[in-house]
Amino acid sequence: MAISVPSIAEPPDLLVVDDIEVVYDGAILAVSGISLKVADGAIVALLGANGAGKSTTLKAVSGIVQADRARISRGCIHFDGRDVTGLAPNLLAHQGVVHVLEGRHVFPQLSVEDNLRSGGFLRKLGRREMNAALERIYAWLPRLKVKRQTAAGLTSGGEQQMLALGRALMTGPRLVLLDEPSMGLAPILVEEIFGIISHLNASENIGFVVAEQNVNVALRHAHYGYVIENGRVVDEGPAQRLAEQENIHHYYLGGTVA
Amino acid sequence: MNFFLETLIGGLLAGTMYSLVAIGFVLIYKASGVFNFAQGAMLLFAALNCVSLQEAGLPFPAAVLASVSIMIVLALAIERAVLRPLVGRSQITLFMATLGLSFIIEGLAQGLMGAEVRALDLGIEDVPITIGDIMVSQFDLFAAATAGILVLVLALLFNKTRIGVSLRAVADDTRAALSIGINLNRIWQIVWAVAGIVGLVAGLLWGARQGVQFALSLVVLKALPVLIIGGFTSIGGAIAGGLIVGAAENLAEVYAGPLLGGGITPWFAYFLALAFLYVRPAGLFGERAIERV
Ligand SMILES: Nc1ncnc2c1ncn2[C@@H]1O[C@H](COP(=O)(O)OP(=O)(O)OP(=O)(O)O)[C@@H](O)[C@H]1O
Ligand SMILES: [Mg+2]
Repeated sequence: MAISVPSIAEPPDLLVVDDIEVVYDGAILAVSGISLKVADGAIVALLGANGAGKSTTLKAVSGIVQADRARISRGCIHFDGRDVTGLAPNLLAHQGVVHVLEGRHVFPQLSVEDNLRSGGFLRKLGRREMNAALERIYAWLPRLKVKRQTAAGLTSGGEQQMLALGRALMTGPRLVLLDEPSMGLAPILVEEIFGIISHLNASENIGFVVAEQNVNVALRHAHYGYVIENGRVVDEGPAQRLAEQENIHHYYLGGTVA
Repeated sequence: MNFFLETLIGGLLAGTMYSLVAIGFVLIYKASGVFNFAQGAMLLFAALNCVSLQEAGLPFPAAVLASVSIMIVLALAIERAVLRPLVGRSQITLFMATLGLSFIIEGLAQGLMGAEVRALDLGIEDVPITIGDIMVSQFDLFAAATAGILVLVLALLFNKTRIGVSLRAVADDTRAALSIGINLNRIWQIVWAVAGIVGLVAGLLWGARQGVQFALSLVVLKALPVLIIGGFTSIGGAIAGGLIVGAAENLAEVYAGPLLGGGITPWFAYFLALAFLYVRPAGLFGERAIERV
């Protein structure tokens, strides 16, 4: 790894984003020089107000930028020591990076179970392995099991968010990019989802990058955080330090978050 | 009564061919979100390939196999040269691309294989046979059976297999499908190849009836009302739409034709489609977005 030189005590970095710039439609500069690192098995929070560039940063990492007519015009991204800048999303998924898009993008016409199964296609699971993988997901997200035959479009917002997460987990990821999992959900569901994230992180060593406006919850579960403003990183640090920082809500997030 | 039944059955049998043509459109619409104007050209191209190879001395089964391979190669080429560079563009851009594609394929077909009408003999005589006391065309029966089998295979392929679930995932939410590692290019290749093969079968059946000729590419215009009635996104809808159009056309021609001075067939399907547009804009089986309110 050329960019990060891990010290003896720290685990090596799983993801290194180095000074990327992202342009939509060849003209709109959405991210201008963001760098961040995710240590192996860490939960990292990306904080920032509307339009700060959180989603764009995640899309740049997962390669989904291409589908939104955007491109990385500067900088590079390394995953597990390999340069993955500009790689197509399906190839990145094969390497273990999966993106849970902002706003619960489940496949509405497919049943809950087919949604989950579609996540398992990547690993070419056989029938028995597929069923075992589904049972694991149902153990983590028991609400989904009850709804397994329901069309995903007819489930509740919280269930769809869990389904999107469960489907991503079916790909067997090493790093999950989660975009605003708390959006539009009741506080108790937000807690439940973050609880599951912490659990998966501890028990399965899955890394997470979570873009959130819900600063309190995000920092409570994350190890490290980055604050993004106008497409740049304006502050970073261990989650605990950021959480204790009085001004974080007011200066960076426009005081929008309770 | 028997006459009515004969008219109805004749119409339904002819309708299966409409369904077959419409299914080619539905597949591509689901995968690429575009009304593939080139479907008719692909159908003509496939049928021309097959007769030309047969004329060149290949036995019929070999000619069909070779044509299938050619349609697969064509699908790969279209995916690489047309779809991939245009990914993420607006629907109208994609539609224009398929419009251009249809001229290229038609030009290619006629340049390579000539423009004259070619006879195609599938070895099935178009003579009526009697079942009970109802007369039906033997060829219609054969064509309907072929279409029925193909439709069954497609329904199994796209409902039960991983390719089918992936296709429906892409149709529902392309970005989400990408994010979990579904290979969009691969899905396009498969779907365009399958649409090409469906086009080949439809082209041979139509071609055996009317001769393989340029007018075959105009079956596109027959498929449009079928799609409006059945919905653009449902294979079941394409089947139902084809049957409805076929039956209604035949019945109207026979019963209303004399009153209106005949010649109803060319426009009646459109009349029917318009009526459906008023009542059910998404078509009979069109998947309107499932959403909780
Ligand atoms: N598809 C797009 N096309 C053009 N510009 C876009 C697109 N998506 C985002 N942008 C622009 O990029 C900038 C960053 O947007 P981004 O979605 O990354 O912000 P965000 O931090 O995720 O905001 P939010 O909290 O509202 O989701 C914004 O100025 C936005 O206008
Ligand atoms: Mg966002």
